[in-house]
Amino acid sequence: MKILVAVKRVPDTTVKLKLKPDGTGVVTDGVNFEVNPFDVIAVEEALRLKEKAGGGEVIVATIGSKDATQQLRHGLAMGADRGILVVNDDDNAIDADVVARTLKAVVAKEQPTLVLVGKQSPDGESNQVPQMLAEHLGWPQATFASKVVVAADKASAEVTREADGGLETLSVRLPAVISADLRLNEPRYASLPGIMKAKAKKIDEFTFESLGVAKAPKVTAVGFFAPPERKAGAVVASVEELVNKLKNEAKVLG
Amino acid sequence: MAQTAQSASTSTELAKGVAFLMDPVGSRPIQTPERFTEEQRLFHKSALDFLRHEVLPRVPEIEAKNTAVLLELFHKAGDLGFFSATIPTEYGGMGLDETTAMLISEAMNIVESWSVTLGAHAGIGTLPIVFFGNEAQCQKWLPKLATGEVISAYALTENNAGSDALSGRTRADLTPDGKHYILNGSKMFITNAGFADLFIVFAKIAGEKFTGFIVERSSEGLTVGPEEHKMGIRGSSTCPLILEDVLVPAENLLGEIGKGHKIAFNILNVGREKLGIGCIGAAKYALELSVKYAKDRKQFGKCLSEFELIQQKFAQMATSIYAAESLGYRTAGLMDARISLIAKGQPDTQSKVVQAIEEFAIEASILKVFGSEMLDDVADHAIQVHGGYGFVEEYQVERIARDSRVNRIFEGTNEINRMLIPGTILKRAMKGELPLLDFSMQIMAELQEPAKLPKLDGPAPLDTARGLVECAKRATVYAIQAAAQTYMQALGEQQEVLARLADMVIACYAMDSAVARAGQADTDDARRATTHREMANLFAHEAYESVLREANWVLESIAEGDALAGMKSLLKTLPERPVLAVVKVHRAIAAACIETNGYPLV
Repeated sequence: MKILVAVKRVPDTTVKLKLKPDGTGVVTDGVNFEVNPFDVIAVEEALRLKEKAGGGEVIVATIGSKDATQQLRHGLAMGADRGILVVNDDDNAIDADVVARTLKAVVAKEQPTLVLVGKQSPDGESNQVPQMLAEHLGWPQATFASKVVVAADKASAEVTREADGGLETLSVRLPAVISADLRLNEPRYASLPGIMKAKAKKIDEFTFESLGVAKAPKVTAVGFFAPPERKAGAVVASVEELVNKLKNEAKVLG
Repeated sequence: MAQTAQSASTSTELAKGVAFLMDPVGSRPIQTPERFTEEQRLFHKSALDFLRHEVLPRVPEIEAKNTAVLLELFHKAGDLGFFSATIPTEYGGMGLDETTAMLISEAMNIVESWSVTLGAHAGIGTLPIVFFGNEAQCQKWLPKLATGEVISAYALTENNAGSDALSGRTRADLTPDGKHYILNGSKMFITNAGFADLFIVFAKIAGEKFTGFIVERSSEGLTVGPEEHKMGIRGSSTCPLILEDVLVPAENLLGEIGKGHKIAFNILNVGREKLGIGCIGAAKYALELSVKYAKDRKQFGKCLSEFELIQQKFAQMATSIYAAESLGYRTAGLMDARISLIAKGQPDTQSKVVQAIEEFAIEASILKVFGSEMLDDVADHAIQVHGGYGFVEEYQVERIARDSRVNRIFEGTNEINRMLIPGTILKRAMKGELPLLDFSMQIMAELQEPAKLPKLDGPAPLDTARGLVECAKRATVYAIQAAAQTYMQALGEQQEVLARLADMVIACYAMDSAVARAGQADTDDARRATTHREMANLFAHEAYESVLREANWVLESIAEGDALAGMKSLLKTLPERPVLAVVKVHRAIAAACIETNGYPLV
């Protein structure tokens, strides 16, 4: 079973990001990067599905600067077989649609049975790529997966997804796009032999041009700003004063 | 700064042990965390992930001596390859460098009960076979030790032989048929004894020749005594070992007859290096917990992290971690530079590795002493930041502070290591291995003509710090020379003088490493170069004061009257520490800690 996992290089989620003074993005210089934690779950699921199927190939792909090779290596160290890097030096110059169309071109090259991705990334938080990719490919999609069972004939998969207020179980034809939610699995650690082996695994590089993808975003970032700081509150002496303030100052009561 | 012509070796040849004391600061590149390879970072991250997600959540069970939990985690760690880092590939290991092994130790030591369990197995329990085992012993044991299928322990200490390790009474006698040794005696404080399958035991053949043996737990006559109840590292197993007519096959003799001390001392070199580096991991974690707590906890309507005296602690914690980290990974890098040139898989490969590590025995002792005392200070600050909560078991800093204490005791007490530092330097200088005398004569000339002394000012931001390092080395070597001339061969008996000399050498290595690293950070870590500089500079100022103070104490201990006055006036030629706006520096370093939720250079 051939599975393609799209991963993204994102700033370390435990560190508070700083904005560039001119508001054109976040300061990335000197920030530690990691693989989007949801994508790590997607890699883990791909490895488990491959192990269960008794064979196949797991390919990790990313779109990013050459530094994103480090994130591909993380996936390779976990056990993925090879990597694909589509070189892009400016994350702000592409949008979810460009990413989805680029992944579509990678899918066309690789012809996987399944595409697994994290449900969203902690930097953009847009939660659009899996859905857009499925649409561009004309494939079924199952998002927010918390359980994936591939049928013995590899023609379909049963996916339990975390919907509002409960769990929903879908059956999707394969090939399909599945996005991983937090509770899908507990990812393994990269073992020391895994890290050593990853050094020797192949990473193919592409450009948007070589894949025939137009780098034409539909969404452009106009500016970045931090949410306004919360203003200090005030202590009121009585319920009457509170009601009065809500009516006359905050004007939230009629 | 005006650099005088010191006896610097060129940067193309391999650095020798203690070269830092004579070479100008930054005269050759040093390994720093900024220069780790992608793989080294991945190995560290993997160990850290494992520690944080698997081990930390189970600390209460581990500390309650739940051996089943400890062993479950132990075998998981084995499956991930954490025991195999420095075992050669031909015996099922990874054949990785010292630096990687150190990075794993740093990560694991966040929970010291856990890390000593690993260290007793993969470090002191396995390396004697790696370094001194014959082909058959390596084939038989190493693949199983690499995976953790066989768990190992190291049995050197006896109830009457602690620091004086070679005075042990355990004896081994060859049977008349020459096929076995019969071991009799007892060993104390054996880490992992509760569950180890294999013991590296030291015993004297015929009561004389100190020799290493590989002893299986299943051997008849071997008994493991009850668990000790310890102040810290409570989750680890520590028991005595009783050997009563234990039959050990003659082929289990490790290394050469009568050369057990070679095994014991060389294993200690690696053990000290790992211990020192491990302290860095625990200290970073204590700082992280403290910063997070202080940002959350409010008193007088403000977060603790806004108070100056809390910020001062953050700055001091971060700065001492910085110095330890700088000298620690520099040391690992020095060893690796030598080890990387050794042809692998040859009959003499491992003896050359042992030599390469031994070259930096002094640096390893420094790392052990500096790291363990740094962690004690950092853990103590961490408790203070936590206030009353730091004193209750529910908070991790309480455990870290208790666990920290043993680091000054095992792997050679800090006192023993302090004796070794100047002792070994002088021994090497006498043998002509170190140009200490040349440098000492240069210093005498400089002190008599102060214009020749290194300057404490200059246009570059680190010039003052560099000057302080150079002057500190001069004070140190001057004091060593004065003490050596006064006492000659009897200096070995002057423990207090030796310890002060050791403290000066330790300060020199720490300053030199921190300042050299900060210099490299201009290009290696440009965005945070200011934080590097602030910490290196602060450390250099503080260390310089302590070096001058110790130098004066040494002189006052070894001479009196006119002789003393002459020596002190020469020492006074060294410049005074220049002005440093210390409060401002503390604020800046603390701000970096607060911003990054802990040690600012992760």
